[in-house]
Amino acid sequence: MGKNVGIVIVSHSADVAKGAADMVRQMVGAHVPLAWCGGNLAGGLGTSVEAIVKALELAWSDSGVVIMVDMGGAETNSEMAIEMMPERRRAKIVVCNGPIVEGAVMAATESSSGAALERVRRAAEELYSR
Amino acid sequence: MTSGPLKAGLVPRSRSRAVLTHAGGLHARPAIKLTQLAKRFQSEVWIALAEHGPWIDAKSIARVMATKTPYMATLHFVAEGNDAAEATSALARLVESDFADDGNGG
Repeated sequence: MGKNVGIVIVSHSADVAKGAADMVRQMVGAHVPLAWCGGNLAGGLGTSVEAIVKALELAWSDSGVVIMVDMGGAETNSEMAIEMMPERRRAKIVVCNGPIVEGAVMAATESSSGAALERVRRAAEELYSR
Repeated sequence: MTSGPLKAGLVPRSRSRAVLTHAGGLHARPAIKLTQLAKRFQSEVWIALAEHGPWIDAKSIARVMATKTPYMATLHFVAEGNDAAEATSALARLVESDFADDGNGG
């Protein structure tokens, strides 16, 4: 633990983010650092830069972290959250262009074998690249 | 993209097969277990639904899931590398054991 690439799930909906994280835990196991966030600070639909920063810290791994997002603001807020991380960590965080649920499960499967950041990203994006 | 087993004769090579008795076929959870197991070996590992392929990279979760292998299909495994024999026998055992938990949190 701590060596495998971490996964952060960012959805506009807390239910979607938590559900995707549950699927990762139950299908892939507990050997991958994992965190999720969803909804705005008022409890409605949306994403929060602050919550994404917290999730990045929770799922942090020195091997890096991939972020799975659903749409629009989830991606731009994730990019803002990356900017707020310490500089030495920024290069080890990538936002993936893949389906949030399937991508998270596939990224975690790849990470659970000890794969490097770029391979984990490729697994998350594989469904959109074919 | 891997093109399937090609290096026969140059490196250790092994084959195995097993019938998929898992109800519902090779759906998400067993596909993940199969991929995770394949990744534990240094050898390249492929699976196919027929004896002569087409061969699919067993370490790619997206490709393994996309096989949509049905219940009672025969899965064929080929591995090439120094631990090829261990890989193909472990994968066949996993399928024959109906993807029994190995205590690895999967």
